[in-house]
Amino acid sequence: MNEPIIKIRDLHTSYGKRKILKGINLDIYPYETLVILGRSGCGKSTLLRHIIGLNAPDRGEIIMKDVDVTKASEEKRDEILKRIGMLFQNGALFNSMSVGENVALPLLEHTPQDKSIIKIMMRMKLNIVGLSGFEDFMPSQLSGGMKKRAALARAIAMDPDILFCDEPSAGLDPIVAAGIDQLILKLKTALRMTIVVVTHEMASVFMIADRVCLMHDGEIKFLGSREEMKKSTIPYVMQFLERRPDEDRLDPENYLEELVA
Amino acid sequence: MADLKATAGQSGRSLAFFFVHVARMARLTGLSLIWIFVAPFKGKKLRWGVTFVQMVRIGVESVPIVGVISFCVGLIIAMQAADQLEKFGATIYVADLVSVTMCRELGPLITAIIVAGRSGSAIAAEIGTMKVSEEIDALQTMALNPIGFLVVPRLLAMMIVVPCLTILSDFVGIAGGFVLALTNLKLAFIAYFNETAGALYAKDFITGLVKSFFFAIIIAQVGAYQGFNVSGGAEGVGKSTTTAVVVSIFLVIFADLMFTMLFYSTL
Repeated sequence: MNEPIIKIRDLHTSYGKRKILKGINLDIYPYETLVILGRSGCGKSTLLRHIIGLNAPDRGEIIMKDVDVTKASEEKRDEILKRIGMLFQNGALFNSMSVGENVALPLLEHTPQDKSIIKIMMRMKLNIVGLSGFEDFMPSQLSGGMKKRAALARAIAMDPDILFCDEPSAGLDPIVAAGIDQLILKLKTALRMTIVVVTHEMASVFMIADRVCLMHDGEIKFLGSREEMKKSTIPYVMQFLERRPDEDRLDPENYLEELVA
Repeated sequence: MADLKATAGQSGRSLAFFFVHVARMARLTGLSLIWIFVAPFKGKKLRWGVTFVQMVRIGVESVPIVGVISFCVGLIIAMQAADQLEKFGATIYVADLVSVTMCRELGPLITAIIVAGRSGSAIAAEIGTMKVSEEIDALQTMALNPIGFLVVPRLLAMMIVVPCLTILSDFVGIAGGFVLALTNLKLAFIAYFNETAGALYAKDFITGLVKSFFFAIIIAQVGAYQGFNVSGGAEGVGKSTTTAVVVSIFLVIFADLMFTMLFYSTL
């Protein structure tokens, strides 16, 4: 495979005394779809926030296109950010703007194009996600799935090289969620992007992933293709695939002590 | 002993937090002012369109309330003053008292308090809600600086609009005094007018405006800072909005004290 587009080296971070990421090493290659999988609280969203520069790590490097985003100057980081798109968990559309204005915003701010051209580009993006004709709607007038689609249109407005999605199917019914997954697949082939998806949905994983990265407790437990994952004998991977809950460890003596302490 | 230690630790922590807040707010203010006065020369455009919308929202829409309250306050001072001055047969000096008080103190202060309640809270709520719904994060990932995008238009609008409202408040307050003088005190219009004009110096008027300019910065920055500081959903937004109003009114009055000491004390 060719040179990775994102290189993460020995990434550590913590909230207060709690360690969230314990030395993450990960390469993401151009044009692949990598799914970062893990249960709630395993640090997968935190990892994503670090990659896009919203949080700063305790130590470690994140090299995106030969620039270390953890140490880059604001100008350099802005240049990189203009080449990536991010789909937030709840869409994060600007509620004070219409859907069309939301999608057009990055174009208006970062491209010298004329307003009429930007309007056409905005309509194209809305068309791709299946929301033609909704440009004058306010985000509050849209359903959950439509909001995600609109947010996706905004994320791809600048034709990014890398698209990040945080829990794209969270809070959606299975049919709408599958629709979003399908859309991500369609975008991948149509726009040739590298896509990084954070999720805990196994269904999404088997639909869109080229490679899967399973995280647990701030560490990467497994990294490989879908098929490799299915065949894996790592206990935690098997537990995840079989949807087995953690075993309750009942220790009568400890329990008594905890209560009295 | 343990109690004492706990109390000391608690108050020490509160004090440390207080200074952290002060430092962060100073930083936010510094960055905002850089965005207004330095960044435009480096090719970053000021967002005049949004600023104009904010000027309407903060300024034009509070004209009625500022007007009515200032008129009432002018009337109140005139009545209280007349009550005292009548004893000396010096009711004409109501004119001096009303005009000087309005221009130096009450015009700027009333305006600032109304704007803090109306718009300081709105800024905190707006930015806070955006923070909670990840909209601030979305701005950042789009390479749009939240300070340049959100804070600067509001700050700029405040800096323009609050002194204008203060001028309005000064005049309407003085008009309130006029109304009482002409009706209740039976003073001649021209006598009262001359007395007012003679009592007011440019200094009274200008120091009031200088104050109001700084009040505007305080209100906008406290609102924005509290907004960015929101955590924990809708409840957090409510809390920060309240804090924004309380803190900005406190800081406005404290700043007023400092300015009055600076401008009028015999030091």
